Amino acid sequence: MAETVQSEMRHTGFLGLLQRVGLSGRALVMLLPYGWLLLFFLIPFLIVLKIALAESQMAIPPFTPLIETVEELKYQITVTFYNFHYMLTDDLYVVAYLNSLKIAFISTICCLLVGYPVAYAIAKADPKWRAPLLMLIILPFWTSFLIRVYAWIGILSNNGVLNNVLIWLGIIDQPLQILYTPVATYIGITYSYLPFMILPLYSTLEKLDNTLLEAAADLGCPPWKAFLSITLPLSIPGMIAGSMLVFIPAMGEFVIPELLGGPDTLMIGRTLWTEFFNNRDWPLASAVAVALLLFLVVPIMIFQNVQSRQGEQQ
Amino acid sequence: MANAQPSRTQTKLEPWRDPNEKPYVRIEKVTKKFGDFTAVDDVSLSIYRGEFFSLLGGSGSGKTTLLRMLAGFERPTEGKIFIDGVDMSNVPPYERPVNMMFQSYALFPHMSVEANIAFGLHQDKVPAAEIKERVADVLNLVQLGQFGKRKPHQLSGGQRQRVALARALVKRPKLLLLDEPLGALDKKLREQTQFELVNIQEKVGITFVVVTHDQEEAMTMSSRIAVMNRGYIAQIGTPTEIYEYPNSRFTAEFIGSVNMFHGRIVESEPDHSLIRSDEANCDLYVAHPGHLAPGTECWVAVRPEKVSISKDAPATGDGRNQATGVVKEIAYLGDVSIYEILLDTGKRVRVTAPMVTRRTEMPITWEDRVYLTWRPFAGSVLTN
Repeated sequence: MAETVQSEMRHTGFLGLLQRVGLSGRALVMLLPYGWLLLFFLIPFLIVLKIALAESQMAIPPFTPLIETVEELKYQITVTFYNFHYMLTDDLYVVAYLNSLKIAFISTICCLLVGYPVAYAIAKADPKWRAPLLMLIILPFWTSFLIRVYAWIGILSNNGVLNNVLIWLGIIDQPLQILYTPVATYIGITYSYLPFMILPLYSTLEKLDNTLLEAAADLGCPPWKAFLSITLPLSIPGMIAGSMLVFIPAMGEFVIPELLGGPDTLMIGRTLWTEFFNNRDWPLASAVAVALLLFLVVPIMIFQNVQSRQGEQQ
Repeated sequence: MANAQPSRTQTKLEPWRDPNEKPYVRIEKVTKKFGDFTAVDDVSLSIYRGEFFSLLGGSGSGKTTLLRMLAGFERPTEGKIFIDGVDMSNVPPYERPVNMMFQSYALFPHMSVEANIAFGLHQDKVPAAEIKERVADVLNLVQLGQFGKRKPHQLSGGQRQRVALARALVKRPKLLLLDEPLGALDKKLREQTQFELVNIQEKVGITFVVVTHDQEEAMTMSSRIAVMNRGYIAQIGTPTEIYEYPNSRFTAEFIGSVNMFHGRIVESEPDHSLIRSDEANCDLYVAHPGHLAPGTECWVAVRPEKVSISKDAPATGDGRNQATGVVKEIAYLGDVSIYEILLDTGKRVRVTAPMVTRRTEMPITWEDRVYLTWRPFAGSVLTN
């Protein structure tokens, strides 16, 4: 006991300072992630929310201030819900939002269908091959995202690699119009976000207890059936984690539909861009961003919270 | 019931002694290699219908590998396994008439207890009504009638163990394999469950093959034991045979504790052997048929509980099977005490004596000079 007291008393410098303001090391550890979120998430979000509640005006900055000084010690707070009202009544935003949902959903399914076999194969591979195979999955991140998406233009265009190969093989006579269609967007998103699906799936599948499959076989269950009744249900947490990591960024995706999708590939990210840069309507753009967050991220966060609580029980 | 020692060898026939009896499981010259490592080395053995057969050995003795080959999870590198006369070489695990209870229990975490147990029956396309009935029956058998709707993580270790047993039993296999079935239970529960397992086995009449590293467990439950060491079988026999008539120093030392006296054969007769031992500083008389030529180096194994300890010199003075020494250690266990005696020759000998009187009246204490004696039938002559 005496020694701990002594060692506590010996703290000088930074730790001593913290102690004097009543902060233990434990509180400091807690403070770090919360401080980070506060500084880089909550405060920017509040700024965006403030802009969303303002009116557009031709000035710098291009929106009305929240608090105005009317006379000395007398302030006026102006809040308008006009932007949210406009956003909900104008079809453009609702359609863009639904379209984003659809594209993100289909792309997530594609990622799942492609990513699951890949993750499964890596998890079942010889342990000495797993690390190099995972490295190959992560390898594309070493080149620029933009370049990789541009490369798809070369592959998918009418005179591109894919069409030329298909014509050469005699499968088609006329080049397929893939580029500048929603299909190109699906391909682009699936390709770009695939690693985010594979990695959590892999970590779930790799942890799966092999004796469970042996037990299933022992009880008379052939391997394909054991996959459906044991492996698949037990990898649901990985599927959910992977789908979240693909679905959420895909929802707000801007670059891929801009480069690969046609003018009719309307997504919420693109609408946001247009409002912000072309129309210089910062308040409306902010309202769209806030709505995206509220309608999408909040339900997902609640869902994930429930999921992780269920996971703890098991 | 749970307090009575099941006397298996008396109540059951001993099919392995009947030359006309067909073995139910026949393992023929089976070897399993993992790379350079030989896990199972040329093992042949027969297991008969209704037996409670234990594979006993330390870690790395190959017992689990042998069990996994019976289940079909590993394939023998050499040799063949027959179950009910059928060669199992190309039969996958899911088509074998065998069920296994895993050491980790391997319960499906996403399924309820009932669903876990019903899983095997669903594979066999058993009608739903019958599944329900059989699941309920087997849950009652393992005394888990109330727990059918729970998930495995909501059960205690002992309950999980019984679910695993129920899941393997419900398919009514002809052969049940159990990998360290009691390994994860605490001591008290394990002792209780040993008897339960034997009772269940007698009730359902299934042949059990159990892997265990716990010799006490094997002794209590088994009709026969195969003692395994580094992939080969050191000895097969009933618990009594293995304990009383070990065929090697390994078996003698692995099962229970034993005193080994090094010596050389002096006399080898049809009714006895006489061994001159420097370690015991006396002649050892063993009343079993002698097979070894005089002069052969050998060891005489004497179990600690077969040695009598006394402060008085023995009355009969032929000098055989007796030694003198000083008490160095006493371990008081309540029911018995273990004495470690330093013989005059420098050899340490272990003796257990039941505590007939209370500790406070214990006549023998540290540094007492004592006389050790044992009967002619107590020892076994071993060569390797």
